[in-house]
Amino acid sequence: MSSNGIKDKVAIVAMGCIPFREHWDKSQDDMLIDATQLAFEEAGLTKHDIDAYWIGTATGGNGGFVLSAPLKLHGKPVTRVENFCATGSEALRNAAYAVASGAYDTAMAVGVEKVKDSGYQGLVGGGVWNDGTKRNLTAAAMYSLVLPAYAQKYNVDPDELRFAVAKVAEKNHRNGVDNPLAQFRRETSAEKICDMPAVAGSLSVFDCAGVADGAAAAIVVRAEDAHKYCDNPLYIKALSFVSGTGAGLIDPSYDYTTFPECAMAAQEAYRQAGVADPRLELAMAEVHDCFTPTEMVLMEDLGFCERGTAWKEILAGTFDVDGDLPVNTDGGLKAFGHPVGASGLRMHYECWLQLRGQAGERQIDLANKTLGMVHNLGGYPGEMVSFVSLVGNQMC
Amino acid sequence: MTGSVGILSFGAYIPYNRLDRSEIAEVMGSGGGRGQRSIASYDEDTTTMGTEAARIAWRDVPDIPLDSLWFSTAWPAYMEKTNAAAIHAALRLPSEVVAADFGGAARSGIAALDAALRAGTTSNTMVAVSDIRVGLPTGKDESEGGDGAAAMVVGASSEAAPVVAECLAIASATEEFTDRWRGSAEVAAKQWEERFAESMYLPLADRVWKQALEQASLAEEDIDVAIVTGTHSRSVRQVSSRLKVRHIADSLASSVGNTGTAHFMVLLAQQLELAAPGQTIAVVSLIDGVDALIFKTTPALASHACSRPIASQIQAGSLLRYGKYLQWRELLEVQPPNRLEPSRPSASAAARNIDWKFGFVGSKGRPSQTIHLPPARVSISEQDPPDAMELVAMADVLATVVTYTVDRLVYSVSPPVVFAIVDFEGGGRLPVELTDVAPQDVEVGMKVEMTFRRLFTADGIHNYFWKARPARS
Repeated sequence: MSSNGIKDKVAIVAMGCIPFREHWDKSQDDMLIDATQLAFEEAGLTKHDIDAYWIGTATGGNGGFVLSAPLKLHGKPVTRVENFCATGSEALRNAAYAVASGAYDTAMAVGVEKVKDSGYQGLVGGGVWNDGTKRNLTAAAMYSLVLPAYAQKYNVDPDELRFAVAKVAEKNHRNGVDNPLAQFRRETSAEKICDMPAVAGSLSVFDCAGVADGAAAAIVVRAEDAHKYCDNPLYIKALSFVSGTGAGLIDPSYDYTTFPECAMAAQEAYRQAGVADPRLELAMAEVHDCFTPTEMVLMEDLGFCERGTAWKEILAGTFDVDGDLPVNTDGGLKAFGHPVGASGLRMHYECWLQLRGQAGERQIDLANKTLGMVHNLGGYPGEMVSFVSLVGNQMC
Repeated sequence: MTGSVGILSFGAYIPYNRLDRSEIAEVMGSGGGRGQRSIASYDEDTTTMGTEAARIAWRDVPDIPLDSLWFSTAWPAYMEKTNAAAIHAALRLPSEVVAADFGGAARSGIAALDAALRAGTTSNTMVAVSDIRVGLPTGKDESEGGDGAAAMVVGASSEAAPVVAECLAIASATEEFTDRWRGSAEVAAKQWEERFAESMYLPLADRVWKQALEQASLAEEDIDVAIVTGTHSRSVRQVSSRLKVRHIADSLASSVGNTGTAHFMVLLAQQLELAAPGQTIAVVSLIDGVDALIFKTTPALASHACSRPIASQIQAGSLLRYGKYLQWRELLEVQPPNRLEPSRPSASAAARNIDWKFGFVGSKGRPSQTIHLPPARVSISEQDPPDAMELVAMADVLATVVTYTVDRLVYSVSPPVVFAIVDFEGGGRLPVELTDVAPQDVEVGMKVEMTFRRLFTADGIHNYFWKARPARS
C-alpha cells in the first residue's frame, strides 16, 4: 500500500470563476452555467468535448443531475461529490484522478453553492437524524476555542494574540480590494476589528469569512495533451486528502492549537511533489481562512513557520503580498465569502492567475518560483477533513 | 430497627437562579414582595429537576434493589407520555423497576410518599417530586411560588440500608371542595375566596393531626419539629400557630418560595439534614385535604452523606433579571435569533443511545483504558481491537475546562451559549454546553460537574441531555 500521487500527469488547461456575491438574481443553475461557460470559452471547448464531470456541492442537491440538468449534458457521466467545506477541491481531485487513470481524456470539476436562499444568517447545513445529543455551536465558536488554548500554551498575551489574528483579516481584506471577483472590496484595520463586539469567543463578525453565493470550474486533461488546449497550463504536482478520526473531541491530549489533519495532508503533498522547504519553495499559498485563528494555526501546520510563532510572523508581514510567502492574495474566504462547494476551486483559480502571470494589478512577484499551494479544510478543530494540492507552471 | 419502614435516603434540588421579589414591583409597578424565590432555568423542567434530586438521593444507596420509581408534579413536561421514564433512564435503573407518574395535582407529591410508605414493608420505592410554580405577573403565586424538587428512597430497614427516619404515622383526610384550580391548558391557577377553604382545612387538620399523634403514640409536645405546608397559605399559617410542638420548621419562603407539589419533601429533606438521630419530625400538608406524617430519625442518619445540602444550594443562587424570568416561563415572547431552530431528536436514535443520552455513559477501550464520549465501537487507540469496550458511568465524574467560548450567534432559547471543552478526571473529553454560569465567570482550569437538562423542545418533543455546570457540590 502506498500513496503514489500523480505528479505531472494531469494539467489544468482552463478555469472559470464567477464573482462571489449575494446573487439574489441568480439561481444555482445560473451560476453553474456561467462558471462552466467561462471555462469552456477559455479552453475553446464545448460541453460535448468534456468526457466526464464532477460537481461539488455541500447542500445544493443530490446526484449528477445537479449539473447534468442545467447544462443539458447528454449521455455524460456526472458525479456529485461532497466533503464538507473542502467539497470544491474534492471535485477537482476526483476529476484529476479520472484523467490520470486513463479513463477519460478530458474532465471538468465544478463547484457551486447557493447559500443566500435560506433566509437565515450564516451557513445553514442540514443534519442527519440523530439522538439530539450533538453539540449546538456555530463554526465561529468552534474555531474561537483556538485562541485561549494557543495563548496559554505559548504564553502569549491574549490581547496581543487577538490583535495578531485581526491582522489576518486586515491583510485578506486588503488583498480583496483589487479583486473584481471578491465579495468584499473594502479595507479595514485590525484596530477596528478588535473594537467590534464579540460574537463568538473574542471573535467579531469580521474575523469570520463572509457568506456569498458562487461557482467555479476547471478543465483537466493529461499533462502531455495540455498544450493542445492552452499555452501555459498548470500542472498538478500533488493532491492529498486526510479525513480525521474526530479524536480531538474525545482525546484529552488534543490541545486546540493545531489541526493535525492539515499537517498530515501538507506533509503528504510535500512528499508527492518533493518539496523540502515550503516557505522557500512556494510562490504563494491559498489557505482556508474560514476564521482568522484558522489561518494563524495553518501557517504552522502547513510548515510555513515554527510552532508558536505564527502570530509573530503575521505581525511581521511574512504572509503579506510582498512578504516571504504571500497567503490568500485574492482576499481568501474573508473577502470572497464561502460558498462551500465553490471555494476550493476558487482557490485554485487564484493559483491559475498568479502562477501564469495573469493576476493584473494583484500580480505578485513570483521570484522565479513555480509552485503554488491550495489548502482547503472542512469540519472543526478536533474533527476535520483537509485537502492540500500543489500546482506548478512548469513540468519537471 | 431492621424491618421498620421509613426513609432510606433523601435529597433535594434547588435550581440555581433566583428572582428578587422586589424587582417585580420595580418593573410592573405592583406585585412582588420581600426576599427571593427560586427559578428553574430555561433548560430545566420538572423532569430534569426531579432527576437531579433523585441523583442526590440515589448516590447514597445505589445498591438498594428498587421496585418502583414514582414521580409527582403539578407542572408535567409531558402529558400522555410518562415523565418518570426519563428519570428512570438517567438513573440507569433496571428495566424491571416500574416508573410511573402521579400526575397533575399538587397533592400527588405527598400522596405518592404516603403510598410508598404504606407499601414499604414489601417494596422499595423512589419517590421524586418536582414543581415549577407559575403565576400571572404581579400575582401572589408568582412571588410566593418557588421551583424545586426532592426525592426519597422509601422502604424497609435492612442491615445494608437502614432507615434514616422511621415512619411512625400516616394519616390523611380527603374532602371535595374548590380551593385552587387550573385547566390543563392554563398557565396560572385560580383560587376561591380564601376564607371558605380555611373553613374546610382547619377542622380536617385538627382531626388528621390527632389521628397521627395517636398512631405514633406521641403527645403534641413530643414532636421536635413540625413542617406545615400546603397551597392555602392562610390555613398553613393558622395550623402552624395552633400546633403545640417544640418548633415549626422554616418554610424557606424568603429564599426559595413555595415549591407546591415538592414543598413538603424539600422541607422534610432540609429538616433531615439539620436533625440529630432520635428526633421526631412531623409533616402536615394542606392540599385538597390534609395529610400528616410523623418520622423519628435513627442513628443511621448520622452517616447519611448529603452530597448537595439544601443550605449550600440556597446560598449558591444567582439573581436573574425579572424580564429573563418572564421569557423563560414563556410569559413574554422575545425576538428569537435569526437562526434555524433545531429539529426534533429521532426517537429511534435516542432509544438506541439511551445509556449515553440519558445515563451519560461512555465506553472504555481495552487494554488502552481510553474513554470515549459518546461510547464507540472502534477505539481511537490503535492498541484496542474493535468491539472490546466496556461501558463506564460518567455522570458523577468531575471535569476541568480546557478551553471555552461564548457563542452569540447560535440558536438558543436563552442566548448566548457558553461552551467548553472539558476533560474528565480519570480520562475522557467532551465538548459540552455549560449552564448555570455567567459567561464572564468561565475560565480555563475551572472544575465542572454534569447536570441533566432539557436542551430544547422541537415538535413538542423535549430533547434531554447533559450539560456541565461549575462544580458546587
